[in-house]
Amino acid sequence: MLSRREFFHLAAATAALPATALNFRSAMARQKVMQQDLLQFDSLGQVTLLHFTDMHAQLVPIYFREPTVNLGVGEVRGLPPHITGKDFLGKYGIGPGTPEAYALTDQDFTAMAKSYGKVGGVDRMATLVKAIRAERPDNTLLLDGGDTWQGSYTSLKTGGADMVAVQNALGIDAMTAHWEFTYGVDRVKELQDSLNFPFLASNVRDTEWQEDVFEAIKYFEKGGVKIAVIGQAFPYTPIANPRYLMPNWSFGINEDNMKKRVADAQAAGADLIVLLSHNGFDVDRKLAARVPGIDVILTGHTHDALPAPVKVGNTLLIASGSHGKFLSRLDLKIENKQVKAYNFRLIPVFSDVIEPDKEMAALVDKVRAPHLGEISRELGYTEDLLYRRGNFNGTFDDVICQALLAERDAEIALSPGFRWGASLLPGQAITVDDVHHHTAITYPNVYRMEMTGEFLKTVLEDVADNLFNVDPYYQQGGDMVRVGGMSYTIDINKKIGSRISNMTSLKTGKAIDPAKSYVVAGWASVNEGTEGPPAYDLVANYIQDQKVIKVPDNQTVKVIDA
Amino acid sequence: MTETQLTLSRRQALKGVSAFALTLVAAGLLAPGAHADAAAVDAAIKKLVKGTPEEGKIKLDLPQIAENGNTVPVAFEVDSPMSKDDYVKTVHLFAEGNPSPEVASFHFTPQSGMARASTRMRMAGTQNVVVVAEMSNGKVYMAKQQVKVTIGGCGG
Repeated sequence: MLSRREFFHLAAATAALPATALNFRSAMARQKVMQQDLLQFDSLGQVTLLHFTDMHAQLVPIYFREPTVNLGVGEVRGLPPHITGKDFLGKYGIGPGTPEAYALTDQDFTAMAKSYGKVGGVDRMATLVKAIRAERPDNTLLLDGGDTWQGSYTSLKTGGADMVAVQNALGIDAMTAHWEFTYGVDRVKELQDSLNFPFLASNVRDTEWQEDVFEAIKYFEKGGVKIAVIGQAFPYTPIANPRYLMPNWSFGINEDNMKKRVADAQAAGADLIVLLSHNGFDVDRKLAARVPGIDVILTGHTHDALPAPVKVGNTLLIASGSHGKFLSRLDLKIENKQVKAYNFRLIPVFSDVIEPDKEMAALVDKVRAPHLGEISRELGYTEDLLYRRGNFNGTFDDVICQALLAERDAEIALSPGFRWGASLLPGQAITVDDVHHHTAITYPNVYRMEMTGEFLKTVLEDVADNLFNVDPYYQQGGDMVRVGGMSYTIDINKKIGSRISNMTSLKTGKAIDPAKSYVVAGWASVNEGTEGPPAYDLVANYIQDQKVIKVPDNQTVKVIDA
Repeated sequence: MTETQLTLSRRQALKGVSAFALTLVAAGLLAPGAHADAAAVDAAIKKLVKGTPEEGKIKLDLPQIAENGNTVPVAFEVDSPMSKDDYVKTVHLFAEGNPSPEVASFHFTPQSGMARASTRMRMAGTQNVVVVAEMSNGKVYMAKQQVKVTIGGCGG
């Protein structure tokens, strides 16, 4: 976190910025936020953990808007990460208009983005990592929480190989995974062999003999401390993603397995036990309360960025955001196998103020060069802010739903509630690269089929329960399925089967009839053999036809959270 | 489960149990359409065991969300010394969404050494799995967990 003094410094800079001067973009930010400010840290203890997660193959700087709506239910209602916007700023004592407010919330996003510039870029990440390693050469571990190999044109075309090259160059010490598995078992095994570091997944077993498929724990010695890093892959990979891509691997949260892994680490004499997790924040919060002995959980999957650890018992939970936008640094002082003191900072990777690492920049150029002509091809431009995050809708998803309806001549569109995808500012061109940031998956086909009103309701109820089940162990960590051509009401605190009501066709203005069939277009089906054009081509064609993208305010989902 | 089965390796034992589970599924298919519910499970428990079940002693190992509804792994272990005077006699497995609520019964003796078993079940939809253990001293324990069968997709 920035110091109070730095806040004032930066707040003053923003306040002094007249609206007409926004065209200078990040000049002011560059002048006031310096690379050394981002690296400023009172180092402590024997161990420095560096963590990023859910990079989603973002090699170059992007804009990324945090959600406006991120609701929690049951015991976690109103707790971080289920607070957003002004409430978030208040909770963490962050001033509006500050770089931290820009990095962590949706507030005044477009203006702030023009002032502070883009975020992320693996060459910037490399600069930060190298600087911290230089300061703490014998103390530092760099851990990658997964969802690294998927989310861009180049990652899709190279089958994740571009990201493996980047990971090896960054000097990752261990990773775990989720979307990695969607390249299929053979490709995962192939890429795993080309990693310079272990691919940890303590909860993946073969279905036949229940044997571990991957290494579960890796031990490291740093600053005289024996560290056990346990990996936990996304527990619901074969459910949230196509099972046919990993037919003989079983996942699951598997608390008993985790207890056993912790016991194994303790028996091996570990002084510090770290869980590198892709469970999702609420799952990890529950796990921490039920599986004692884990010192630190580096959370992932749900893309939450928190400027301070959440403590559950003696366990510290770290949430490092997504898309390469943040690098977490956690320094730990270990005595008698206990964390005696810690210091933490969620470092925002402000692209315009961090000097790109030359070697990494060269690698990124090399990886992108063969595809540069295609990925930089401009399809049109947007008049409105395009983003994806939010529990119920995002403007980029609105565009996708409109594309599905138009290109497949459907009455209703369904688009998955993925949490990955970069943002675009009003006036920005939309390139092939940008479309892939929201659609680059290995099962992209857009189906067109008839569904009854009853089945549509079942789909909505099913996905809503994945998001709003009061027991986090039943949550799959995505957002609500995006719907085009239909409005509905959702009462998030009800039970499955009674959350969704008032389903209405926007075309006819009539209530959806349970017995009637509707033509539905959708993509990312988990069923094998789904036919139709890939979503990235369909959306690209749509944008090219439209040339100018405008997104009207989406009023189709009425949310009840009483 | 017989004593000889318990001395087999884990692999062999699992194979045996899988075959067992398959026959149960086949049997279940004889009554398609009709499904049990919580009340049917309660009635089946009353029919099979004496006394009111208490919570505790039983550890269930089954997924929160099924990866494949056609073959859901179900395992249990009952905490017991398994001595001549204090052991688990029978463990009953019920599923609220099964055509017939009773899925299987496992019989143990002190020679079993431990009261645990695993099997696989077919589940057409989200339902509670209920395990009831009858002890040699007449006490009855129960554990319950919901297993969700979802449409899938849409993970972040």
